[in-house]
Amino acid sequence: MVDKLPPKERTKIPRQTMPEQDACESAHNFREVNLGLDEAIAQRESQRCLTCADPKCTHGCPVGVQIREVVDLVREGEYLSAAAKLREDNVLPAVTGRVCPQENQCEGACVLARRFNSLAIGYIERFVADYERETGQVGLPERAPSTGKKVAIVGSGPAGLSCAGDLALKGHEVTVFEALHEIGGVLIYGIPEFRLPKEIVRQEVNNMRAMGIDFQTNVVIGKTVTIDELFAEEGYDAVFIATGAGLPKFMNIPGEELAGVYSANEFLTRVNLMKAYDRDRYDSPIYDCRDRNVAIIGGGNTAMDSVRSALRLGAKNAYIIYRRSQQEMPARGEEVHHAKDEGVQFMNLHNPLEFLGNEDGNLTGVKLIKMELGEADESGRRKPVPIEGSEFVMPIDVAVVAIGTGANPLVQSTTPDMATNKWGYIVADDETLRTNKRGVFAGGDIVSGAATVILAMGAGRTAARSMHEYLETGQW
Amino acid sequence: MFPIKESRFLSEDVKLFRVQTPRIARKRQAGQFVIVRIHEHGERIPLTIADSDVDDGTITIIVQGIGKTTRLLNELEAGDAILDVVGPLGGPSEVKDFGTVVVIGGGVGTAIAYPTAVAMKQAGNHVITIVGARDRSLLILEDEVRATSDELYLMTDDGSYGEQGFVTQKLQSLIDQGRTIDHVLAIGPIPMMQAVAEVTRPHQIPTIVSLNPIMVDGTGMCGGCRVYVGGQCKFACVDGPEFDAHQVDFTNLIQRNQMYRQREQESLEQFEQDPTHD
Ligand SMILES: Cc1cc2nc3c(=O)[nH]c(=O)nc-3n(C[C@H](O)[C@H](O)[C@H](O)COP(=O)(O)OP(=O)(O)OC[C@H]3O[C@@H](n4cnc5c(N)ncnc54)[C@H](O)[C@@H]3O)c2cc1C
Ligand SMILES: Cc1cc2nc3c(=O)[nH]c(=O)nc-3n(C[C@H](O)[C@H](O)[C@H](O)COP(=O)(O)OP(=O)(O)OC[C@H]3O[C@@H](n4cnc5c(N)ncnc54)[C@H](O)[C@@H]3O)c2cc1C
Ligand code: SF4
Ligand code: SF4
Ligand code: FES
Ligand SMILES: [Mg+2]
Repeated sequence: MVDKLPPKERTKIPRQTMPEQDACESAHNFREVNLGLDEAIAQRESQRCLTCADPKCTHGCPVGVQIREVVDLVREGEYLSAAAKLREDNVLPAVTGRVCPQENQCEGACVLARRFNSLAIGYIERFVADYERETGQVGLPERAPSTGKKVAIVGSGPAGLSCAGDLALKGHEVTVFEALHEIGGVLIYGIPEFRLPKEIVRQEVNNMRAMGIDFQTNVVIGKTVTIDELFAEEGYDAVFIATGAGLPKFMNIPGEELAGVYSANEFLTRVNLMKAYDRDRYDSPIYDCRDRNVAIIGGGNTAMDSVRSALRLGAKNAYIIYRRSQQEMPARGEEVHHAKDEGVQFMNLHNPLEFLGNEDGNLTGVKLIKMELGEADESGRRKPVPIEGSEFVMPIDVAVVAIGTGANPLVQSTTPDMATNKWGYIVADDETLRTNKRGVFAGGDIVSGAATVILAMGAGRTAARSMHEYLETGQW
Repeated sequence: MFPIKESRFLSEDVKLFRVQTPRIARKRQAGQFVIVRIHEHGERIPLTIADSDVDDGTITIIVQGIGKTTRLLNELEAGDAILDVVGPLGGPSEVKDFGTVVVIGGGVGTAIAYPTAVAMKQAGNHVITIVGARDRSLLILEDEVRATSDELYLMTDDGSYGEQGFVTQKLQSLIDQGRTIDHVLAIGPIPMMQAVAEVTRPHQIPTIVSLNPIMVDGTGMCGGCRVYVGGQCKFACVDGPEFDAHQVDFTNLIQRNQMYRQREQESLEQFEQDPTHD
């Protein structure tokens, strides 16, 4: 336990750095790169917090985590109490501590950010959650007595999981339906092991099982059962749709049909869900990247995850091809930093025009054009425009298209009386997450479009509150 | 876990299973498939639902052991269970009273075409079935197919049973005889489907094929199963698996199906050396 320092002294402490695997090593294994803070570093970092009367950090967090209180408890060495405080607002702290875009949220809002470096809130959050998990003292909250109401959750990503957890606590009988064979959504099939160990997700899911939540894998809603059948035949009283934004986008340029061209969803699913990197023990194949040139198209987290996976699969050269500049890159800063350290080659301001192949239909290269930044577009970012005559061909063997995802229509097309917008996302009320269909709520990426883990979790909690109200009152 | 209720070999390396999956049994329509995974380190593979029994909640799948996963699967027996079975996936076959329908099955494709032949018969069609196999030992479902067909032609490459020749030769001779054919469904090896498409194209006979690209999730999430039909990119697991044969880019399908050839052969060899290795 450490006494509180005067503010002046606190700001003298430098922001603590995350211990990480050496980049030469991490580029070749799938173990987690960030090693986590030890107690001493966590203590030192917690000393830096100014304990603001009006904590801006909390306003910057989409679910309003009581950061000041959590940090206070860490400083006092009350790690389990800190974890409990964290869990009041955030059901997956070990996950968000690792993957939240903190620089745009809690840390971006922290008052320290203006003159010094912001408090490392994500690192502290992770420390607290890991401490709780590793000591095996996860304080499972108590369940309210059974209400006799049945709720179905469609999709087991962060939105579905957080909604399921909150509804179970209120005493409702909760079933989560998942199309894949594992629970976790993008946390399992998308974000790689080296950034988010799957064991963490599995333990959180086990905690939820212990709370009495029923998880049913291998059920595709819209195919195996429809939303209407959940009500009419299986006796559910309310449904929350949290199916994510899982439909891969392609560029529709020539050559995309070649063998060796992947969507990021497929590439990452093979790597993460199917464990194709462990080729001696797992059966799912992945196109051989060893000693090959691999190019990823895109600049988001998905692109960074793909390119760093390609390195670990043995790529000789792993490229990011991005049509804007580094500044506009939507990926978390930390991922870009790791990617650079590990040897990823960034080709910013380049855009693919065409994939080239041989007579066997295998990818051999990509034709690129150089770009420059023009006027700002509707997103406020400067629009990339092609530089005429700058085309050239680069030899590559594997390409991963990571330019975004859209709404999968399976549920919507079999629930025709539920409103969708022109892009096929489900329309839900901002405050209540009710759809236009009685008893049906929706949230997470399938409503907002591809966003973040914490926003999806926030939506899950909002839905749970609103569903509880509906189940109690019966009023729509 | 999905318990296997019954299993038997139909030919040397083709095995039939009845698997307990009540929800899928209730829901499935002819032409749809499931994706299965048989052990914790296993891959996901698609298999057509050949039949179902709503009362006892089972579906029938028919599996040809050609690589590691299908061989491992074919070692399972009644009393064992399949780890993951998800479905029914894909769109159902278009079934209506076309008039005269020719259903063509090549090899294990017969098992895939069979449920649609049954549905076509029930819809009031005159069903002509042409079944092809390399030799007699590879012919499957003869009795079942016979029972649902108005006419049945068995073709073997070596003439060891039925008539000697390819299914396309029989189809061509039916056309040459001036028989009215309103609709053709062809399911089997890609070269066979491609050849059927070329036989019917000059006569503009509507022809449907069931495509078998490499799949992972089966829900439209990965795009690995993409096929090119009429110049457009389609995801076979949700937009298909059945498509207009005259529009399909078969060359690309063949090439994409070769993507993992080397790795598939390696794992089959490993499996043959040490069948206990999962
Ligand atoms: C590679 C990658 C990296 C990312 N990195 C970050 C990051 O670092 N930080 C961050 O904050 N965000 C990140 N994101 C975004 C974040 O993961 C998503 O915004 C979030 O997971 C959305 O949660 P969700 O619950 O809405 O949906 P998802 O996580 O997509 O889960 C939806 C689930 O529903 C299932 N499902 C779909 N259809 C059906 C159906 N018909 N029946 C049954 N189940 C169905 C799916 O299989 C899936 O499991 C990343 C996304 C990707 C793809
Ligand atoms: C919609 C559909 C329905 C099918 N129905 C049946 C059926 O009813 N009975 C049957 O025996 N077979 C069926 N197949 C084919 C079956 O899925 C493959 O034979 C099986 O995946 C081969 O796996 P393997 O590991 O044993 O062989 P491998 O040696 O790994 O592969 C042999 C060949 O099978 C194909 N293949 C491999 N992996 C996959 C995969 N994940 N998805 C699709 N194809 C793959 C490739 O062309 C490959 O070259 C169907 C395929 C599709 C797409
Ligand atoms: S949930 Fe995310 S945004 Fe909120 S405090 Fe934690 S890391 Fe920051
Ligand atoms: S804004 Fe920064 S300094 Fe202030 S309470 Fe939050 S974390 Fe601490
Ligand atoms: S199998 Fe993944 S989209 Fe069809
Ligand atoms: Mg295989």
